[in-house]
Amino acid sequence: MPYDPHPNHEGFLNSVGSPIQHRFNPHTDNGGTTLAIAGKDFCLVAGDTRQSEGYSINTRYAPKVHELSNGSVLATSGMYADSVNLVLNIETRLEWYKHKHNKTMSATASAQMLMTVLYQKRFFPYYVFNILGGVDEKGEGCVFSYDPVGCYRRETYQAHGSSAALIQPFLDNQCGAKHQNIKEELLTLDQAMKITKDAFASATERDIYTGDYLEIFVIKKSGVTKHKFDLKKD
Amino acid sequence: MSIMSYNGGAIVAMKGKNCVAIASDRRFGVQALTLTHDFQKVFEINDKIYIGLGGLATDVQTLSETFRYRVNMYNLKEEREIQPKTFAHLVSSTLYEKRFGPYYCEPVIAGLEKDGSPFICSTDLIGCTTFPNDFVVTGTAEQQLYGMCESLWEPNLEPEDLFEIISQALLNAVDRDAVSGWGAIVHVITEDKVITRTLRGRMD
Repeated sequence: MPYDPHPNHEGFLNSVGSPIQHRFNPHTDNGGTTLAIAGKDFCLVAGDTRQSEGYSINTRYAPKVHELSNGSVLATSGMYADSVNLVLNIETRLEWYKHKHNKTMSATASAQMLMTVLYQKRFFPYYVFNILGGVDEKGEGCVFSYDPVGCYRRETYQAHGSSAALIQPFLDNQCGAKHQNIKEELLTLDQAMKITKDAFASATERDIYTGDYLEIFVIKKSGVTKHKFDLKKD
Repeated sequence: MSIMSYNGGAIVAMKGKNCVAIASDRRFGVQALTLTHDFQKVFEINDKIYIGLGGLATDVQTLSETFRYRVNMYNLKEEREIQPKTFAHLVSSTLYEKRFGPYYCEPVIAGLEKDGSPFICSTDLIGCTTFPNDFVVTGTAEQQLYGMCESLWEPNLEPEDLFEIISQALLNAVDRDAVSGWGAIVHVITEDKVITRTLRGRMD
């Protein structure tokens, strides 16, 4: 007898007598866009708040940018349920680290920890595209960008999620000074805020999965501040 | 992989103040293999109308010849130049003729109308037209181009500013698409002349 990859244990047959196949896909994409820009003494992390599934909007306010207890900020896009569990997992580890070492984990250390946490689920991944923003040991802004299985890299700017293709070339141009005959320099907070708002306003025009509200977190040595702005709701 | 992204490519057209611009990359490749970097995707119809053909390269060339033939026949029969709006309908009906076995090509048209006002149009592969009043994009870098154009474009750009905006939009967009790039060409159509410039982008 040939090997059947989907055995029909119940033995149900449909009206034409052939076996019914049932498949369940454990991963889903809830859309949304995130972005981070590193500066000289700050880091900006932003994300929209729309949560969708297919052509439906589940809610207009489901924050996907999370302030962590060690003072860094994690922006998650992809599957929302997985992102909630990932943040829970990370927060537990940050807490345990604090009790064990009597200090909070640095941004760079938590960046490496996030990699191991993601890779531990290499064969049933957290379906989440992460960007971790914070301030490193030298007091400089740092951005770490991840794929769902933990491959990561330090960047100066990064966009992830449903509008990544729309925003990333714009960031290349405006933050990376690509195709401009000027020297690439780190942005001021004012410039980074303006570029972020423009990027999300533009993405909202063309991407149905991005919109409703924009949340921007600014991380400095002194602490984290949160700003909320309106995006189009159509 | 879709046949529409077999050869790759990126084309964009934009409206300005009494001018219009159309630009494309110049790569010809088969999937990830680049073969030439002087491939023509934007064609002159007359000195007021240009058409950019994005999609399957063989259909790009077939359609460019079809349009040349049909526009020549129009000129001979009517004894006048074709208008942009008329040409858009010619493109649309040519594509719809092959409704159930289409050309894998999505054209964009840029032109100046009789009164000097800018005209842009894009169609899907079976000839459904749209006439926006800002910009149109097509090709494998479509998403990247939408992101760039949506943030850089503004109304009433003068020819030189329009050239800068469309060039920046295209060059930055194709650098984030693996199957577009390898140089670019830009045409800015104005009342009295057409400015054509070739650009060297990242050649990798």
